[in-house]
Amino acid sequence: MNRGEQGFGIVVTFCIMFLFWLILSGVFDAFHLITGGICSAIVTLISHGLLVKGRGERVLPKSLRLLLYIPWQLWQIVLANVDVAYRVLHPKMPINPRVIEFETSLRGDFALATLANSITLTPGTITIFVEPGKGKFWVHALAKEHADAHLVDKTMQGKVAHVFMEW
Amino acid sequence: MLVVDVTVAILLTIGMFFMFIGAIGLLRFPDFYTRLHATGKCDTLGEGLIIVGLIIYHLFHYPGTPLVTVKLLFLIIFIFIANPTAIHALVKAAYRRGVKPWRWGEGRR
Repeated sequence: MNRGEQGFGIVVTFCIMFLFWLILSGVFDAFHLITGGICSAIVTLISHGLLVKGRGERVLPKSLRLLLYIPWQLWQIVLANVDVAYRVLHPKMPINPRVIEFETSLRGDFALATLANSITLTPGTITIFVEPGKGKFWVHALAKEHADAHLVDKTMQGKVAHVFMEW
Repeated sequence: MLVVDVTVAILLTIGMFFMFIGAIGLLRFPDFYTRLHATGKCDTLGEGLIIVGLIIYHLFHYPGTPLVTVKLLFLIIFIFIANPTAIHALVKAAYRRGVKPWRWGEGRR
């Protein structure tokens, strides 16, 4: 990371922190604004390297695609809950848990974290391990259908890869 | 106002229903991992629906303080990030310690 990128990161982090302060405080007199500025500056000083790593490539199209991905993900969460509710309430509990592993084409930290969290939120699957170097996932699945969603269909992997442009 | 109140009541009821399912699943499912399936997922949607209901209620009954709804929205976002992360941490810790996943046909633990 060179000096220009570091400056960019500091400015962006400070703006986000200050905006967050304004929303949470909701009081816009001089005292609160100055206090907020000081606090944002301290937080920026400590953590500007965490939020923005360099200038990144094609941040805008990625953010737009992420915004399009979220509604689909929300619908998947609803399906996940209905499915789990069905399995919980069914007298015979139709579950057949298994641990599966599969490799993906994803390499970026943010892409891997997004896929891992999406897997945990969607029907009957929880991420156990992620190996960043190979893009390999260990997943605990509640039944065979859930395992097949990742081993055969691979819809979600494709969508996340599309969002972060990593094929 | 009646429409708003009914909508809010429906959202809260569905939210509570999913939290309740989570609790039942915690009791009925056979082992550590499957129990996390029940609690983790149902809590996420249940809390989300309850907070959406609160947002609608606040918007129509107290329109003077719209910032509160923004704060509630932040709450939903944080829950949706923190919940799967916490489940993953629990499962990973258990798997590392060698807790064997339950297989079909075994007894309850």
